[in-house]
Amino acid sequence: MTSLQNRLNPQTLLGGLVPQSREHWINVVLVVGLVGAAVLAHFLGERFYINLASRIAIIAMAAVGLNLALGFGGMVSFGHAAFFGLGGYVAGIAAYHAFNMTPVLGIGFMPEGTTQMLSIWLVTLLVSGLLGLAIGKISLGTSGVYFIMITLAFAQMMYYFANSWPNYGGEDGLPIFLRNELPLVDTNHHLTFFFVAATLLLISLWISQRLMGSRFGAALTMARMNPVRLATSGIDPQPVKLVAFVISAMIAGLAGALYADLNRFVSPSMLSWHFSGELIVIVILGGVGRLYGPLAGAILFVLMETWLGGVTQHWQFWLGLVLLGVVLFARGGLMGFLAGRSKDV
Amino acid sequence: MKQSIKLGLGLAIAATMTVAQANEVRVGMITTLSGDGAHLGVDVRDGFMLAIEQSGNSDVNVIIRDDDQRPDLANSLSSEMVDREDVHVMTGLIWSNLAMAVIPSVTRQGIFYLSPNAGPSDLAGRMCHENYFNVAWQNDALHEAMGQYVRDQGYENPYILAPNYPAGTDALTGFKRYYDGELANETYTQLGQSDYAAEISQIRASGADSVFYFLPGGMGISFMNQYANSGADIPVFGPAFSFDEVIVGALGEAAEGVINTSQWAHDLENDTNEAFVAAFREEHGRTPTLYASQGYDTAKLLLSALEVAHPEDDPDAFREALRAADFASTRGEFRFGSNQHPIQDIYVREIVADGNGGFTNRLIGVAMEDHQDAYVGDCDL
Amino acid sequence: MTFALVVEQILNGLQLGTMLFLMASGLTLVFGVMGLINLAHGSFYMAGAFVTATVTATTGNFWLGLLVGVLAAGVIGIVVELLVIRRLYDRGHLDQVLATFALILIFSEGTYMIYGSSPLFLSVPQELRGSLNLPFGISYSRYRMAIIGMGILVAIGLYLLISRTRLGMQIRAGENDREMIGALGVDIKTLYTLVFALGAALAGLAGSAIGALQSVRVGMGEPVLIMAFVVIVIGGIGSIKGALVGALLVGVVDTLGRIFMPLTLVTFMPPSQAMSIGSAISSMLIYIMMAAILAFRPHGLFGAK
Repeated sequence: MTSLQNRLNPQTLLGGLVPQSREHWINVVLVVGLVGAAVLAHFLGERFYINLASRIAIIAMAAVGLNLALGFGGMVSFGHAAFFGLGGYVAGIAAYHAFNMTPVLGIGFMPEGTTQMLSIWLVTLLVSGLLGLAIGKISLGTSGVYFIMITLAFAQMMYYFANSWPNYGGEDGLPIFLRNELPLVDTNHHLTFFFVAATLLLISLWISQRLMGSRFGAALTMARMNPVRLATSGIDPQPVKLVAFVISAMIAGLAGALYADLNRFVSPSMLSWHFSGELIVIVILGGVGRLYGPLAGAILFVLMETWLGGVTQHWQFWLGLVLLGVVLFARGGLMGFLAGRSKDV
Repeated sequence: MKQSIKLGLGLAIAATMTVAQANEVRVGMITTLSGDGAHLGVDVRDGFMLAIEQSGNSDVNVIIRDDDQRPDLANSLSSEMVDREDVHVMTGLIWSNLAMAVIPSVTRQGIFYLSPNAGPSDLAGRMCHENYFNVAWQNDALHEAMGQYVRDQGYENPYILAPNYPAGTDALTGFKRYYDGELANETYTQLGQSDYAAEISQIRASGADSVFYFLPGGMGISFMNQYANSGADIPVFGPAFSFDEVIVGALGEAAEGVINTSQWAHDLENDTNEAFVAAFREEHGRTPTLYASQGYDTAKLLLSALEVAHPEDDPDAFREALRAADFASTRGEFRFGSNQHPIQDIYVREIVADGNGGFTNRLIGVAMEDHQDAYVGDCDL
Repeated sequence: MTFALVVEQILNGLQLGTMLFLMASGLTLVFGVMGLINLAHGSFYMAGAFVTATVTATTGNFWLGLLVGVLAAGVIGIVVELLVIRRLYDRGHLDQVLATFALILIFSEGTYMIYGSSPLFLSVPQELRGSLNLPFGISYSRYRMAIIGMGILVAIGLYLLISRTRLGMQIRAGENDREMIGALGVDIKTLYTLVFALGAALAGLAGSAIGALQSVRVGMGEPVLIMAFVVIVIGGIGSIKGALVGALLVGVVDTLGRIFMPLTLVTFMPPSQAMSIGSAISSMLIYIMMAAILAFRPHGLFGAK
């Protein structure tokens, strides 16, 4: 407990460039490694690997969002695909209406879509925050397995709705014919898009770090570990958890919007329970409650998917074995393995 | 890395290629080899590779990847094909939603795409492209032909159902495009639904004189099994997608007597087809499905155009050669319309006992001759 | 809509409910006694169906296939419990979710490796084909009727097992106080293995019985699994009574929703729109019901605090 507070103390974390621990160095290596790989791929002309790096950055960002709820807040959400998919659909629907020049949702006074990523991101943050508020408000009335299942139920509702709502492609999904734009930069350039994704990833990591280093973070940690004690010190744990859940939803939603632009495509599979499961897998592979764990997990997961997928048709079998091994024998995840067991998670 | 992937896939052809040759043609095949719909992809692949092997053309290098029926994975595989493998031609996609996620951007990058299965309406109409060729059918074709056939047979009150997703609504729309009479009812079921007790009760109570359904994969097997079991005896009609040889095998006698439409049949009498069916049985020990014939025809079309030109050296000549469709199809006559989709006969098949304790499709007639899709007018090629 | 049709649809709902009960009772027992959340429960359902299909195809006897399928699911349950599950009892729910998610991947892909991608053939036994004529002009599938009957028998059997036998007493004791029964000299490890195997065998029974109606294929367990979770959450996790009530509720609501939702909407919108919107809403219906119940009763209908 106390060591977590120490690790998350703003002075030790942001105390600047003085390396504090092995974990700190590993974090630097992960970030520099990812960016370096993308840049190297660019100079070697391997666009596939740049896109792979973008994919890692975006999935990592969604996992950073989930980690805030799951790792730091102890809320095992089995439905974060709902926010990820919602973000994707915001980007897809905005681009669809901009392409067809029709008002959004077919309602007369709505704007005719947009291709500006900045407005899309703003709308995404807003709607995924609102959805997070609604889901969080209802779900936090429950705990344990009920919480896992009710978050799953909400994501399933979204999944079935997206599948059978005909206006935006239903199960076929919605193609984004031209990637959405940012001022000053060319988002169709592979490396540029990677830097956009990496920047947002770093910002969300920074936000998590600031948040967990603040009084709010201490309260959230307490809400997870000992809610009764938090309540006796005069702070109601529920609002603290709700705020963390909403922020977590917003980060996952933003990642979804980027993912749709990366693939130039959005479909209900972004909302499926398999994806929620994969996000949990990534968080745990990386190391629960580790700030950079989601990044480590995403790198490992996407590389494994790409590499195993190339070697064998049955790569999911081996993925399952690896996962099982991690849960049974390597509980700290990759970060735990690299940086030593964290003492309190 | 590249080499290990190919070796791992066990592609003898790919493995023997160590350096790119001057005439090498790189073909990227992204198809579904795992999951519920895997048998479609497996048959497309096996049909395609059979034609390539038979041709003895060692310049063709096929790179095969599994999309797991996931649009996002198909998308990243396609960028791998284009950016890393430098393919000239792509093929293999089974599902329309994956096709819509991949094909528009691929053809825009100057790569040829030959579709062995999916035929979404947008790609036949307003989004058609000079580098996109569909060797199978536009999605509506078999449903349209069945609408026509049911009408011709004098049925007056069909009950029609499909899953509630775009291909499902297209199927019923396609059926109604040629069947313009009364309907007992029109029902949309859930995608992935496995129990149809409620719908079957409705059908039995509806007074319908016929049932038309489009339920691909496991859904169709569940429906037909339960339908046959319920004691319902209203005749059933459907597209071949619900009654390929694999599904008929899983259904057994539950499917006996069902009528279905297909652009191909394994007992279609022409030299190419007879040779194809025999060779496929020889190699794989099973009767090919329509998907295998589509894979085979796709490869034959590709090979015929390669006789004329290389897709990178002279894309215009290569494209012209594709348009000419100068190859012996398993379907007999085959030609392209102006939107580069087939104009072809659609046949009617009936499921009968095969005499060895199993069941199989038997050709019984032609539903529509020289069928062309309804979207060709929207395409400005 | 005639009276007979309405009754028939309610029977359909009950039949779905019975099948869900077979799945949910195992899930809820395992949770109640061992505190374990098992996502891989659907794999036993699939295993039962695959073994039944294989044995039925080789011997030609469905009943033998059914028996072997159920036993095989139980045996697989024992093996999985010994190798993996027993290491998870003292872990958090998160580890349990992850490990059993991994088991799903292993089972599904493993089954692909063995059986390939084509669905297997399994059909209803000759003696249960066709339909049964009931009073008031109702006719109903014999096989589905048999499934309902089997579900009732299993429910009674479980009730007797838990309330009347020594094993049942130990299970009840285990639900109340886990340390206590260890101290009483009960071999807790064997008890856990038995309970897990019982749950797996019930799932195998559901899979084998339903496999004859649906297609036997990889992934068949997943939709059922998610519905079974909805059931136990609605009923209250750990409660067999809750599983029964929840299963019948979900079965009937899901079935009737599919039929009546479009019919209701068609009164105030064009038919094709009513059809697609109606089926969109009806597919969400059980999840809406679950969220509504949990919003007011956070521990389900019969859940212990």
